[in-house]
Amino acid sequence: MTAALGLALDAALCALILGVALAVVAGRGVFRAVVFFIVYGLLAAVAWVRLDAVNVALAEAAIGAGLTGVLLLAAHGRLRRAEAAQDLAHGMPWSAALAGGALAAALGWAWFEMPIPVEPGPELAEALPRAGVGNPVTAVLLNFRAWDTLLESIVLLAALIGVWMLAREGDWREPLGRPQHARPGGVMAGFGRVLPPVGLLVGVWLVWAGADHPGGAFQGGTVLAAVGLVAVLAGVIRPPWIGAPLWQGALVLGPAVFLLAGIAGAVLAGGFLTLPEGFAKPAIVTIEVALTVSIAVTLAFLVLGPPEAEGAG
Amino acid sequence: MSALLACLVLPLLGALAAVALPRRAVAAVLAGVVALTLVAAVGLAVAVHSGGVVRLALGGWSPPLGIALAADGLGAAFVLLTALVMAGVAAAARDEMTPQGAGPRAAFGFWPLMLLLWGALNAVFLSRDLFNLYVGIELLTLAAVALVAIGGRAEAIAAAMRYLIFALAGSLLYLAGVVLIYGAHGTLDIDLVAARDAAAPDGLALALMTAGLLVKTALFPFHVWLPPAHASAPAPASALLSALVPKASFVILLRLWFEAMPDLGTDRALLLLGVLGAAAILWGSLRALVQARLKLIVAYSTVAQLGYLFLVFPLAGGAAGAQPWTAGAWTGAIFQALSHGLAKAAMFLAAGLFMAAAGSDRLGALRGLARVMPMTAFAFALASVTLISLPPSGGFTAKYLLMTSSFAAGQWIWALVMTLGGLLTAGYLYRPMAALFAREGGEGVQTVARARQAVPLVLAGLAILLGILSAAPFDFLQIGRPEAAEEGP
Repeated sequence: MTAALGLALDAALCALILGVALAVVAGRGVFRAVVFFIVYGLLAAVAWVRLDAVNVALAEAAIGAGLTGVLLLAAHGRLRRAEAAQDLAHGMPWSAALAGGALAAALGWAWFEMPIPVEPGPELAEALPRAGVGNPVTAVLLNFRAWDTLLESIVLLAALIGVWMLAREGDWREPLGRPQHARPGGVMAGFGRVLPPVGLLVGVWLVWAGADHPGGAFQGGTVLAAVGLVAVLAGVIRPPWIGAPLWQGALVLGPAVFLLAGIAGAVLAGGFLTLPEGFAKPAIVTIEVALTVSIAVTLAFLVLGPPEAEGAG
Repeated sequence: MSALLACLVLPLLGALAAVALPRRAVAAVLAGVVALTLVAAVGLAVAVHSGGVVRLALGGWSPPLGIALAADGLGAAFVLLTALVMAGVAAAARDEMTPQGAGPRAAFGFWPLMLLLWGALNAVFLSRDLFNLYVGIELLTLAAVALVAIGGRAEAIAAAMRYLIFALAGSLLYLAGVVLIYGAHGTLDIDLVAARDAAAPDGLALALMTAGLLVKTALFPFHVWLPPAHASAPAPASALLSALVPKASFVILLRLWFEAMPDLGTDRALLLLGVLGAAAILWGSLRALVQARLKLIVAYSTVAQLGYLFLVFPLAGGAAGAQPWTAGAWTGAIFQALSHGLAKAAMFLAAGLFMAAAGSDRLGALRGLARVMPMTAFAFALASVTLISLPPSGGFTAKYLLMTSSFAAGQWIWALVMTLGGLLTAGYLYRPMAALFAREGGEGVQTVARARQAVPLVLAGLAILLGILSAAPFDFLQIGRPEAAEEGP
């Protein structure tokens, strides 16, 4: 691609992103805003691809546009049932607009004043061959800064427990989420049989490829969570109850394996979260697989929401 | 090093076990995790006391590639405070947070959330990495918000929602600042940031990070989320939220303004932080004075007591770096944070016991309770002694140190604010105390087991002890303090 064509594409992309963002905050109606927000997430993912950050693009598309979009649509559905959606989005919230504008202006100024961003130093190039994986993003996430990723995986669990705390006292023993009823032989039921096998394949591949190419536990886990959600919506599988031992185990598997691997490093290799060179690759793949399971189950449960009895709300 | 590691991983492992294991096994695991982590926190403090700062490069990668952890006097003191408060709250909540006592939902959620909060607090107190600190306060925020939502009633969920929105806005502001630092300097490590070549966006980065952390610390005027959130959570959760959670963002502020970027501490910026702190002392106390419910009085008192912490910035920050009075101001603020943590945990736990006995925390319902529950009423009174800063409490040492340094620095205005704050504190704590010790009332209340009543008494006693034994903690807090090396004895 010639430079001029690339520049034109980027300029068009930037204009589109700004236009869609404006449509999210300035448009009337919650539903329109949600749809534009999903489009915005997809465009942002394209922008990350243009910036050669394919890992971020995958995460943005899967979580920013995908799962968040589903959550927002579900919230809109509830608001409509409660007839609370109408009184939103009348007029501009000027104080929020002002604060957002000031922050954007300040960050814009900083961007012009900023020295040319520092390239990853020689430390990264020197350390990467010893990290066990070829994808530098995976090396950072699961080796150099593994402590961040470990805590992040536990953040998901904290969020899920928080969502569960919103359950009504009497509904605690019900299955997760609103009861779903798909028409047998309908579109959703058909989707429910065709999509999951394909999604399963994509999700597993994303995790496996993540060692040396863009992808990884978060992206793969999100795809697998979507597979589970489609299957639940289509009535193929029933959502579990809180406390079902197998599912509770799946929730904590990733963080537990990660923590225990870190402690094993402290005992055997002389430091918490230390991965000896020869063991780094199998250790990282094991941790990623366990993390994928937990991320997939946690994200799916987050979207399903707290347990709810039939006919409540 | 192993004590440091145990402080980080034990609470997290315990939280995972509390989610995955069946209820009967959870109680035993819980007792073990609380006891072992308390031992580890004491061990870490002993190690820091005898050998100086304990350092750890995670995964064997040193910064800028990896994440460095360190336990200095400041960090180890807060890890120990957290362990003491957590152990107290776990003991107090053992009989309350059961399926029979609080319902299956709260009984399931409270224990993993408490342990996640513990792990997050320790991660924040020991981290030397700006982005790792962000992850730590994210975990802290989500666990804290969920602890408010445990309350279950509509007002608790509304308060949790408001808390979540404020706290996430704070997180984003902090993260924006971290991004600017990383973009300009290619490092997130506090010591490497301290040694950086100055860049134009540094000031904006510090301002954004500070603004975000002020929201999380609930400094006036960002305090509006705190009273409803802390008042509508169950009492053991309120104790954790008020005693510990705002201290984490305050410690990050100390790290930013005294360790990472002390060069950016202009007089005007430091004065602004001090003025907001003074406003918090006065406004929080005045609001506490007019509340009709005990938990709201105690919650507004937190708004006021957090204000004292911010007097450290004009008294010890920036160019004042190596003045003779800075060690006193710095240590005074940390004494305030520690003694407030112990006293406020005692107060909220006592309030919970009063509510369990009287069925309400309206001041009218508390009349005469001291005759039925003398131990709890005495604990509340002891905790009040610390908050009013009467000798020989930890609160007295804190304000004494802050006052002498404000006179030494020629900034007597802060001493005036502190005196006023002390009088107002006596005023707003007199009202619940007058109700508790009233001659009439106290008939027909539920009895509360003596073992449960002992916990607030121990915590309030520790806050007094901090004042009596103030010399040893004073020296301990100087370990690893940036200016301590230059100042000499």
